[in-house]
Amino acid sequence: MGTPATDIEALTSQEYKYGFVTDIEADSAPPGLNEDIIRLISSKKKEPAFMLEWRLKAYRHWLTMTEPKWPNVHYPPIDYNSIIYYSAPKPKKQLKSLDEVDPELLKTYDKLGIPLRERELLAGVAVDAVFDSVSVATTFKAKLAEMGIIFCSFSEAVQNHPELIKKYLGSVVPHTDNFFAALNAAVFSDGSFCYIPKGVRCPMELSTYFRINAMNTGQFERTLIIADDGATVSYLEGCTAPMRDTNQLHAAVVELVAHDNAEIKYSTIQNWYPGDKEGKGGIYNFVTKRGKCAGVNSKISWTQVETGSAITWKYPSCLLIGDGSIGEFYSVATVNNYQQADTGTKMIHIGKNTRSTIVSKGISAGHGQNTYRGAVKMLKSAAGARNYSQCDSLLIGDQCGAHTFPYLEVKNPSAQVEHEASTSKIGEDQLFYCRQRGMSMEDSVSMIVNGFCKQVFKELPMEFAVEAQKLLSVSLEGSVG
Amino acid sequence: MSWPTWLTEIRAGAQSRFDAAGFPTPKLEDWRFTNVAPIARATFHASTNGVSHAAEFKHFFFDHAARFVFVNGHFVPSLSSSQGLPAGVYAGTIQAALRDPAQAKVVEKHLARHAEYKENWQSFVAQNTAQFEDGIFISIPNGVVVEEPISVCFIATGDATAAFARVLVVAGDNSQAAVVETYAGNAATFTNAVTEIVAGANAIVEHYKIQQENAAAFHIGQLTVQQQRDSNVHDHSVSLGGRLVRNDLHFILDGSGAEAQLNGLYITGGEQHVANHSRIDHAQPHCPNRELYKGILTGKSSAVFNGGIIVRQIAQKTDAKQSNKNLLLSDDATINTKPQLEIWADDVKCTHGATIGRLDDEQLFYLRARGIPEEDARGLLTFAFANELLGRMKAPEVRERLEKAVRAKLDSRLGTQDSAREGL
Repeated sequence: MGTPATDIEALTSQEYKYGFVTDIEADSAPPGLNEDIIRLISSKKKEPAFMLEWRLKAYRHWLTMTEPKWPNVHYPPIDYNSIIYYSAPKPKKQLKSLDEVDPELLKTYDKLGIPLRERELLAGVAVDAVFDSVSVATTFKAKLAEMGIIFCSFSEAVQNHPELIKKYLGSVVPHTDNFFAALNAAVFSDGSFCYIPKGVRCPMELSTYFRINAMNTGQFERTLIIADDGATVSYLEGCTAPMRDTNQLHAAVVELVAHDNAEIKYSTIQNWYPGDKEGKGGIYNFVTKRGKCAGVNSKISWTQVETGSAITWKYPSCLLIGDGSIGEFYSVATVNNYQQADTGTKMIHIGKNTRSTIVSKGISAGHGQNTYRGAVKMLKSAAGARNYSQCDSLLIGDQCGAHTFPYLEVKNPSAQVEHEASTSKIGEDQLFYCRQRGMSMEDSVSMIVNGFCKQVFKELPMEFAVEAQKLLSVSLEGSVG
Repeated sequence: MSWPTWLTEIRAGAQSRFDAAGFPTPKLEDWRFTNVAPIARATFHASTNGVSHAAEFKHFFFDHAARFVFVNGHFVPSLSSSQGLPAGVYAGTIQAALRDPAQAKVVEKHLARHAEYKENWQSFVAQNTAQFEDGIFISIPNGVVVEEPISVCFIATGDATAAFARVLVVAGDNSQAAVVETYAGNAATFTNAVTEIVAGANAIVEHYKIQQENAAAFHIGQLTVQQQRDSNVHDHSVSLGGRLVRNDLHFILDGSGAEAQLNGLYITGGEQHVANHSRIDHAQPHCPNRELYKGILTGKSSAVFNGGIIVRQIAQKTDAKQSNKNLLLSDDATINTKPQLEIWADDVKCTHGATIGRLDDEQLFYLRARGIPEEDARGLLTFAFANELLGRMKAPEVRERLEKAVRAKLDSRLGTQDSAREGL
């Protein structure tokens, strides 16, 4: 296996092999990436011409780029030509009952307190007629449509609302943004699209639970959320249940656009397979997430709980363009065993009186390496801008690491920037206090860790906050002697 | 000039390192915000002239009994003196020390052994190591206390002159000393300074670096401090002059209980650029470390602070506090600050903080309400901001000299806000 660079070179120099019309199987492309594959993806999805053009532009740009090396994470080189970039959703093996499911998985569901019905759904057990989530989803969709909210899969949006896609796709994360964003732009399979019209307050949490059609979207997901003037929406992606996935590389892109007085709250709970105790396997989660506060007094709030994946590499960011706009970032990142996380945020203050808050809590256990990397930029135009950042790290065990790399760049004298960071371990006296009151060691640690993260958890939608707490104790299991 | 074989080898190695690496570019993460293209573009040459002008810089000298003056990297004996040193203390040029067999052994053990230059971003250290002509060597034997500071003044004169300054301080176990380095000049010179300090067990060393070069001068400095068990090193760095100034500090806490305190003050105006990068390597357990850097920026100036703290896996019970505070006093000034923690041990206390802002309106109001004119009130608050660092200096003559210099610099920058805006 050659390095990606030489592979790309070999690929670009090779003869036009497949002919213009590809005669490969109907529902899956051969591994590898070239313009034909992209044409195939685009034609399979019956995309309009502008989409294909956009994908190809992204692909050609991607060829000129090299994989970034600056993150504080280590992994063997990825062979981009061994990946299958298009395959129709494979029907999962249907299990007859929960008895056939891996008992480890069931134990975890139990600890998380996931309702029985959902457990079946998550584990891939054939769902009986009573719990027809498709119909649940349809009911909700009808309600949303009544209010003018568009909430559908990306492919549907391309078909039904091409004008919106044309206007907003790549407007926040251009295809030239970075290596993985370019790759995603070229080959993304599906994702979600959401448009909230003027003045509408979305009546419910939009969550992937109800988004059956967008499940199995694979490794290159693309999400686009637009809140028009005065609209409000809260969106939740992921779920607390452990997700097993055969795709190792996940390179998703999320774009948010908030117009005048609009508000978007985007919460993520990520618990993909982190690899085994020796650090083998596990998902590489390389995500580009960015929100644009385009209008005055708009607000974008990112909340993330990152417990899974072998490597997490993402920086949900805010471009604060509109005067008085607000960016927020609340994050809990946990690493255990051999997990690595390099995560943080970028707050770019452009408009006047823009404000941003960053609260990042990192927990490292086992051999985990946790890095906070963030940038706060106050451009010359950002008069009266304010930023407050706080990043705290908690270390459990003496083999793990916690690293902080904040960049602060200020070009306006009336801007105020404050940054605080601390690193510590769980206090002996705190543990002693809990132990003395009859709590087990594990419970004590879990309670202290949850207290440490409370500031972030309280930003999550209520029902998920409860699950997130439990999730944290599960993912740190076995880290305390 | 003939160097001993070991040094010739080191210098040749450093030269080839520098030739391979070249001047750092902003593409290197460590030089992202500091562009040294003006240095790389220009040609600087060594110069032996200017010794006759040295007396013009008298006001930069301290009246210490032991003082050494270098002009463009060359020692000026007529302005120097090594009186008043306790018995056994050696202070003299590196060249002289190499001719003295007893001192040569110590020099061989430490010179160019601590300041690293193997990475591309450290190429200025390689350049200095390969090209310095002379420098100062101070050796304090075990248990000796030097009461008065030893001062070293490096003067750079003449446009396009390259001056290489080299300092080696070896403080023995239980010894105590203070060293003051002053940099001054009168033209668009390029100074490349490398200082190595070795603090033995229980040694107490106070180090000052005062940078007051010409507004057109370039200054690149590297300080490497190697600390043994229970040693205590306080470093004070004050950057007032220069057009492009970069200070790299590397502290290695290599014995348990070693304590380091880093104090820094930078006041910039016009189109000055001052960068301070520190790296504190906690290699052993139980090491406390305090760092406070403060900046006052006016005009179109820019400053960079990058503070790295590395806590190795065995360095349990590390207690590190780092703080960077900046006052932005004009619309066109830019500050980039990047505190950095890399922690591999679990039983540690590490905090860092950074603030950037302007003068507090409420404090100004308080003073105005008591009848103090706005201009004076601003001056008072700004000086108070800087004075926290001056107050930490133990040598009274250094502190007084700097109080004056800081006031003068602030007056010239702040005298009127408007003149600062005009890019004065």
